Amino acid sequence: MMEYQNIFTTVQVSAPDYAGVPVENTHDDRSGILTHSYLMGKLGDAQIGPIYLGPLGVAALFTGTIAFLIIGLNMFASVNWDVIEFVRQLFWLALEPPGPQYGLSFPPLNDGGWWLIAGAFLTLSIMLWWWRTFALAKNYGMGNHLAWAFAAAIWLYLVLGFIRPVLMGSWSEAVPFGIFPHLDWTAAFSLRYGNLFYNPFHMWSIFFLYGSAVLFAMHGATILATSRYGADREIDQITDRGTAAERGALFWRWTMGFNASMESIHKWAWWFGVLTCVTGGIGILLTGTVVENWYLWGMKHGLVPTYPMIGEAVVDPLLTEGAQ
Amino acid sequence: MKTLTTKLFATVGLGTVLLLGGCEMPPPESTQWGYRGTGMEGLYNPDTLNELDANNIVPEALPAVPAVGPKSKDVYQNVQVLGDLSVGEFTRLMAAITEWVSPEEGCNYCHVAGEGFAADTLYTKKVARVMIQMTQNANENWSQHVGGAGVTCYTCHRGKNVPEYVWNINPGHKVAGGMKNQMQNVSSVAAGLSSLPVDPFTPYLLDARNGRHAGTTALRDEGGVSLKESEWGYSLMMHFSSALGVNCTYCHNSRAFSRWEESSPQRVTAWHGIRMVREMNNDYVDPTTDWLPPHRLGKLGDAQKVNCETCHQGAYKPLLGANMIKDYPNLARLAQPEPEAPAEEASEMPEASDMADMATGGDQ
Repeated sequence: MMEYQNIFTTVQVSAPDYAGVPVENTHDDRSGILTHSYLMGKLGDAQIGPIYLGPLGVAALFTGTIAFLIIGLNMFASVNWDVIEFVRQLFWLALEPPGPQYGLSFPPLNDGGWWLIAGAFLTLSIMLWWWRTFALAKNYGMGNHLAWAFAAAIWLYLVLGFIRPVLMGSWSEAVPFGIFPHLDWTAAFSLRYGNLFYNPFHMWSIFFLYGSAVLFAMHGATILATSRYGADREIDQITDRGTAAERGALFWRWTMGFNASMESIHKWAWWFGVLTCVTGGIGILLTGTVVENWYLWGMKHGLVPTYPMIGEAVVDPLLTEGAQ
Repeated sequence: MKTLTTKLFATVGLGTVLLLGGCEMPPPESTQWGYRGTGMEGLYNPDTLNELDANNIVPEALPAVPAVGPKSKDVYQNVQVLGDLSVGEFTRLMAAITEWVSPEEGCNYCHVAGEGFAADTLYTKKVARVMIQMTQNANENWSQHVGGAGVTCYTCHRGKNVPEYVWNINPGHKVAGGMKNQMQNVSSVAAGLSSLPVDPFTPYLLDARNGRHAGTTALRDEGGVSLKESEWGYSLMMHFSSALGVNCTYCHNSRAFSRWEESSPQRVTAWHGIRMVREMNNDYVDPTTDWLPPHRLGKLGDAQKVNCETCHQGAYKPLLGANMIKDYPNLARLAQPEPEAPAEEASEMPEASDMADMATGGDQ
């Protein structure tokens, strides 16, 4: 079993095409390409396809494509249909939300209207894809953990682009569609609302985000390290703990006093992922709607450490220079 | 196995080169200017610092001359601004300006040969007159920004007819018909190649738009500024940063950008700088627009204006803080307006009352 000691998948499963078992009570017609890839086999299963798209999948891809095209064509038009500029500036281009003068009204198409339409189609697409995730898991007799985890991400997306702007009374508070523009928006957001680092829900979100990364690495490492004793059969070991589960558990117990079980580690992972988005969404939702300046809020609640100032005291010149 | 190892090393090596290719060689030089733990420090690449030194060499001052003797206004004609200087001082300043602004063209850049020095034939001479007043005004009334070092023509010109770093109102990049130019979301040279607004100068350094965006209360303020506004101020700050070759923490404590109590004194200097530059652009540069030749105007027909980089040129202080004004005291204060100056000419010059009006504009 030495194969599992490598950080890459060294075992290539070379098998004939396999379309999968039929599923009861569904019109599950898996179709599309069915092929095998050696390189993909290095990362996961070597077989690619078939796929079941179904009406929900088709509708999600269709609405998603419309959103993608609206965004792309607006970007393309913003550089006067210049192909070279479009490629060169692609990361800088954006479809910008309407200005504050429009509030929550429907603005002219060229001044935020397309942003609203693109957002509506993108949201529809994401919702349809969510429904598909839910429905397929049900068809295949699975739990709905994936759908609810996805819902947590959708919550954050909706808070940023819809719920918070509505509560603020202006679409202009929403995020632009664009690579660098959405990053600049993020920095401006923190500057405008007084440093998100003092937002406790932002703190929680970072905790769960970084925690997810740590848990993911810890779990992966533990399973790989004990797979020579059969830890790769994780599910068996939940109910029938073998030496792999014992060794992994004892390693952590003796290292840090406490350990997850073969079952609970997956729940930890699920909750860390879900709570990253849930707490993040709450933090964004409160920004501007309830809290105007997180730093000042932090000062009010004893969150802000004080440092001695170096040199002369600095005073707002607007206060000392009178009318200037 | 051996080839695999070789391949692995090659891949890792190539990856490292790709990842670190754009990095600067450590160690950087650092200067601390805030309390430890606040990150208020500057990091400089020693190579860049050498370059900066080379770009900021101050020309040797011309030998000083006594302020005694007949005044230039009594000897020469049409001396509107520097009339109270002695003839010796006047000639010395003219020689210095020639060296600073038109070393190649010499006197003829402003004066037509054979026509006498009095004539205002060339626009360059009229511009020079306005610029001298602008310089004097900066030194006399904006000591909170220019400090003891002051400014001279050389601070910006550095031997060039027009300072290397000037700006015009940006008409925006070309967009397709029917599209509205958002004036952002393309690579913005003014804002450090970010996607922030491309022209932060017009609203803040020409107009007096409010640059204070951050919330001023802990809890919701109904009158708060739109989030979109922040991107404009952010863009201007990127210009500050690149124009001075400093990072945000030169002025700000990054945990609370808006709080003066936690900022460095440099931020107050910069605050006065915004107002000084705004006055320069409105009271001195803009009035020249009507009689400038078309090749000195921007795409929208406006004169080339001043921003931070015009003087700073990548240095935290122009010419790294060298004091040139001590050698040219005639530029240190506004000359008294000459009563015999023609009314038409005088109207182009800013009056003290105009400056007072300017100073009231905006409250960033």
